[in-house]
Amino acid sequence: MSLAATLKKWSPNPRAGIVLVPALWMTFFFLAPFAIVLVISFMKSAIAMPPVAFEYTADGSISLLTTSYARLFDFDDLLYINAYLGSLKMAGVATLCALLIGYPMAYAIARAPGAWRHVLLMMVILPSWTSFLIRIYAWIGLLKNNGFINNFLIWLGVIDTPIQMMQTDFAIYVGIVYAYLPFMILPLYTNLVKHDHTLLEAANDLGANRWTAFWRITVPLSFNGIVAGSMLVFIPAVGEFVIPEILGGPDQLMIGKVLWQEFFNNRDWPSASAVAIVMLAVLMIPIAILQKYQNKASEENA
Amino acid sequence: MQNRNSAFSWTWLGLGFAFLYMPMVLMVVYSFNESRLVTVWSQFSTKWYVELFNDTRMLEAAFTSLKIGVATATFAVLLGTLAAIVITRMGRFHGKTFFQMLMTAPLVMPEVITGLSLLLLFVAMKQFFGWPEGLGMTTVWIAHVTFTSAFTTVVVSSRLREVDNSIEEAARDLGAPPLKVFFVITLPIIAPALVSAWLLAFTLSIDDLVISSFVAGPGSTTLPMVVFSSVRLGVSPKINALATIVIGIVSVGIIIAGWFIYRAEKKLEREMEQASAEMAMNRTE
Repeated sequence: MSLAATLKKWSPNPRAGIVLVPALWMTFFFLAPFAIVLVISFMKSAIAMPPVAFEYTADGSISLLTTSYARLFDFDDLLYINAYLGSLKMAGVATLCALLIGYPMAYAIARAPGAWRHVLLMMVILPSWTSFLIRIYAWIGLLKNNGFINNFLIWLGVIDTPIQMMQTDFAIYVGIVYAYLPFMILPLYTNLVKHDHTLLEAANDLGANRWTAFWRITVPLSFNGIVAGSMLVFIPAVGEFVIPEILGGPDQLMIGKVLWQEFFNNRDWPSASAVAIVMLAVLMIPIAILQKYQNKASEENA
Repeated sequence: MQNRNSAFSWTWLGLGFAFLYMPMVLMVVYSFNESRLVTVWSQFSTKWYVELFNDTRMLEAAFTSLKIGVATATFAVLLGTLAAIVITRMGRFHGKTFFQMLMTAPLVMPEVITGLSLLLLFVAMKQFFGWPEGLGMTTVWIAHVTFTSAFTTVVVSSRLREVDNSIEEAARDLGAPPLKVFFVITLPIIAPALVSAWLLAFTLSIDDLVISSFVAGPGSTTLPMVVFSSVRLGVSPKINALATIVIGIVSVGIIIAGWFIYRAEKKLEREMEQASAEMAMNRTE
């Protein structure tokens, strides 16, 4: 190779620079940290700064078997396992509710007259521009024993004594559905708005009524949207911290809250790391599903 | 036939919007309530606003949030635009799928995991390189840039995908260097998307509680952190007043931004039409 060619090969390429700046940033500040979390999850709490250290066995090798993972999967103390299962249940039920509420909304918006669509869609997105924390906080005023809903029901004469809603599973479901409903509606809308209505007309001509046509044509065609929306609600809901902390009570143990407490209250960094690693492993499946359907959707758009 | 919604659809849509907006409307109404009891109406009063503006801790935190928000949004748009150019304009290259996944992965990562991992990174970095000195504005900024860049990348690249590549190609064919093509052709076309990406990153940064709580140190307490600690202590009508101000600012901001984006789009459309009309004229001559 001539000198000129070598120089050309090794001189900085502006195209490479464009790739490298964002790639290096994300590698360093997003990908690499997980390796550190993984390492720390195998360490022990120590009285030092940082409050972690490796534990060595008698022969000088690093002990890996007595780590925080042993506590996570301790079947005599089901705290962590229950927190994981509780989170999955809460996130699952909330996702289903969001789908049941969001699908008809997305459908109605997709079938609204053209000019209206943008306005209605904007109205779905608008609440997300105000503070998440404040929107969750707003529900306290509605759900409390002397809150708006209870006062209203008592005034109607439906109930005599207030229903306990705060600090229950119900409050968390409401919070999750409320906060993440736009994430359900948007992918469903993008999917539903592209549907070819002549298919429904054809079904109609062949004798199908509206419901049959809806169930046998619209719903299957919107499958990608359903999956994408559900994953976008389910994934953040599993790790949710703010909603169970504000609306839930001590009985609503979710894994995001457990991680937070391990870290901030118990100052147990290895346990918090182990909780994060297992949470990540659990979420790999829904994240992979989301990735797959998003790729499919972008192929459809192309 | 095409755009027909049944009465059921419209009712459901109405109920859905009621669900989305009622909590906020009630909060705005009760922010003007004299009574300390948030849900019992006594009489109109603005005393919670007065109390809010006397709370120096909250004002300081709000200022910190604004500073971090502006710095975050600006850099996240830069990073996101570079990433979007790579994704939409560079064709296929080795590791492109991985690059795309890396850029958008923070979108789906639960915040507690992102926050924890970033903090542990900063602690490890301090041990090995002696930097960052401690937790503070810089670490919060880095953390915010990292998770908001994923959003700016998505916003800018979806816009770039819509834009017809042929104008840029034409400019290149006419001999314009790549940088000139970018600044003269591409940038004006994607400007509205850059504005919305900036606003989105700014909002996300200002709004973030979980990640900030992990990576903030003394002197970098953000507004959500102060609000969260006061919410934990109990319900305070002061928060209603704060919420009302936030909702007010956001509404005004969205109206102004919407108007600007609408105007920019119209202008661009007109120019494009004019250009293609002129091209057609030249061809017939």
